Amino acid sequence: MPVLQTSHINKYFKDPVLVKVLDNVNLTVNRGEFVSVTGKSGCGKSTLLYILSTMDTDYEGDLQIDGELMRGKTEAELARVRNEKIGFVFQFHYLLNEFTVLKNVMLPGLKLQRYTAQEVEHRAMERLKQLGIDQLALKAANQLSGGEKQRVAIARALINDPLIIMGDEPTGNLDKRNSDVVFDIFRQLSEELKQTLLIVTHDQAFARNTHRIIHMQDGRIEPEAVND
Amino acid sequence: MKPGLITDIAKSLLLARLRQTVVAAIGVTFSIAMFIALLGFMNGLNDLLDGLVLNRTAHVRLFNEVKPNPDQPISLTPEFQGQHHFIHSIKSSGLRLDIANSGAILEALQRDPRVKGIAPRVNAPILYNSGTIDITGVVGGIDVVAESDLFFFRDYIRAGDPLDLKNISNSIILGKGVADKLLAEIGDVIQVTTSRGEQLPLKVVGIFQSGLADFDKVQSYASVSTVQKLLAKPNTYLTDVQIKLHQLDSAPTVAREYARIFELDAEDIQTANAQFETGSFIRSLISYVVGIVLLIVAGFGIYNILNMMIYEKMDTIAILKATGFSGSDVRKIFLGIALSIGLAGGLLGLAIGFGLSVLIDHVPFVTPALPTITTYPVNYDLKYYLIGISFSLITTYLAGFFPARKASMVDPVVIIRGK
Repeated sequence: MPVLQTSHINKYFKDPVLVKVLDNVNLTVNRGEFVSVTGKSGCGKSTLLYILSTMDTDYEGDLQIDGELMRGKTEAELARVRNEKIGFVFQFHYLLNEFTVLKNVMLPGLKLQRYTAQEVEHRAMERLKQLGIDQLALKAANQLSGGEKQRVAIARALINDPLIIMGDEPTGNLDKRNSDVVFDIFRQLSEELKQTLLIVTHDQAFARNTHRIIHMQDGRIEPEAVND
Repeated sequence: MKPGLITDIAKSLLLARLRQTVVAAIGVTFSIAMFIALLGFMNGLNDLLDGLVLNRTAHVRLFNEVKPNPDQPISLTPEFQGQHHFIHSIKSSGLRLDIANSGAILEALQRDPRVKGIAPRVNAPILYNSGTIDITGVVGGIDVVAESDLFFFRDYIRAGDPLDLKNISNSIILGKGVADKLLAEIGDVIQVTTSRGEQLPLKVVGIFQSGLADFDKVQSYASVSTVQKLLAKPNTYLTDVQIKLHQLDSAPTVAREYARIFELDAEDIQTANAQFETGSFIRSLISYVVGIVLLIVAGFGIYNILNMMIYEKMDTIAILKATGFSGSDVRKIFLGIALSIGLAGGLLGLAIGFGLSVLIDHVPFVTPALPTITTYPVNYDLKYYLIGISFSLITTYLAGFFPARKASMVDPVVIIRGK
């Protein structure tokens, strides 16, 4: 069963005039795939990602995550899907500055309540260790460098063992060295843990190293080129 | 959803903007403190002013009133039935001013479970003799123990021991105004003349001051038996029976019932003192309105601060939603913030309000009209504290409701893409 499948997704922006930003998008992401979505600015790749992430519900067509149809779900049910099945990494870190690094990583886990608070904390420490930033656990989120913040965000995305990790330009705001670190983490997750990843990027070097590149142009998916 | 996590997040957001939070809470604290102090003081005054009259007034008073016979000849004539009668030929007759069969009535009253206590009285008009002039006045023959128990008689005695009235025969307690006119002091003997022209010496054993100066210029008190002696009447002669009930509200019903059974006039406290309740009500109303206005102002403060906080925390709200917190979780977080401001500010306000009340309670307030009062009166009724804390929670809830709803509807896509 595919992790994520769309059929005939159309999306319009209505302001100031009606513009079709996504045109009949059919997309399937299978378990264990490391997929990148590329394309020029304004081609609709971020828009597509936000629809796939369930945060944007204003579209035509169907989206299935883990075989479940997203249409008709309430806001709270969609929040639950995001919490349980999707891990996010954004272009700008998006950590909560009010909390420590550890607490930032723990929050989605505490919300899910699959484990007790102690277990969530233990698992959060494991994720931080895995990414080599466990020594930062008790620092405030705003004391970290950009690369460190992005690694914390990845640890947070991993806390609930999500079905899929989605990234919106996760390396877009990082220098070369930190970009490489982040890419290595993604590749490691993909290879060692068979983690499914769907990353929107305009970094061609990044995209070339993924299993599959989905190239978008003017709201449409171009014929696929498979990488080895 | 575990409430602990929501509380935890709310707390962290609060502490991150501690100064704003404190300012918002101080607004609530100030209003609640003022509310408590104002209501405590106002109601203290109300109690005092009401007590001035109500404490000394019987709930039901039984007496014989001088009035014309209701059965006039014209009204008994069948052919004038149902018409307006202009002619009243039989005038008022003062056959007896005392209560007939008073012993049996007192016994019946004492057996009535609704009655808290009774105090019989004999009222008699007298003249106080001061040298060559006579001062008109009224002497009330009272049971001093019952009067003290039921009507706080002891509170109004400025000098002397009221029990002497019972223990010393032919004794009198003078009103302050009367005593001043007669130049009488405790231990002096004054002369009084009854309406029948008899003169009697009475020993002054006390001076009372009721707070109503006109009353103190004419009234004095002696024991029931002394006044009966003054009037040369038997010891069953009583002109009034003052009744205190367990339930003040039942006074009109009880009064009607007694008037029918005993064939006497019965006046209830509500009829006699209707204006006092109105005065108290208006004063309470004013204090509530002022208190609530203060709270509404504080509520707007909280509303502003929460709105500002939500604009500042757009990123936080977006990320919470992106990682799986629902709109209702976000709403609970911001309502939690509003309510904790209300609760903390409110509780501190109660404490400060209590402090202010204690302070007011210790400010000296001496007035000759109120002999037993030395400081400003304050009412510490728990009710006002409960109302205060409930109001603070309700206002902060309302002030938090709209910002929280706005926060719950933040679209994370707009925020995240907007960067």
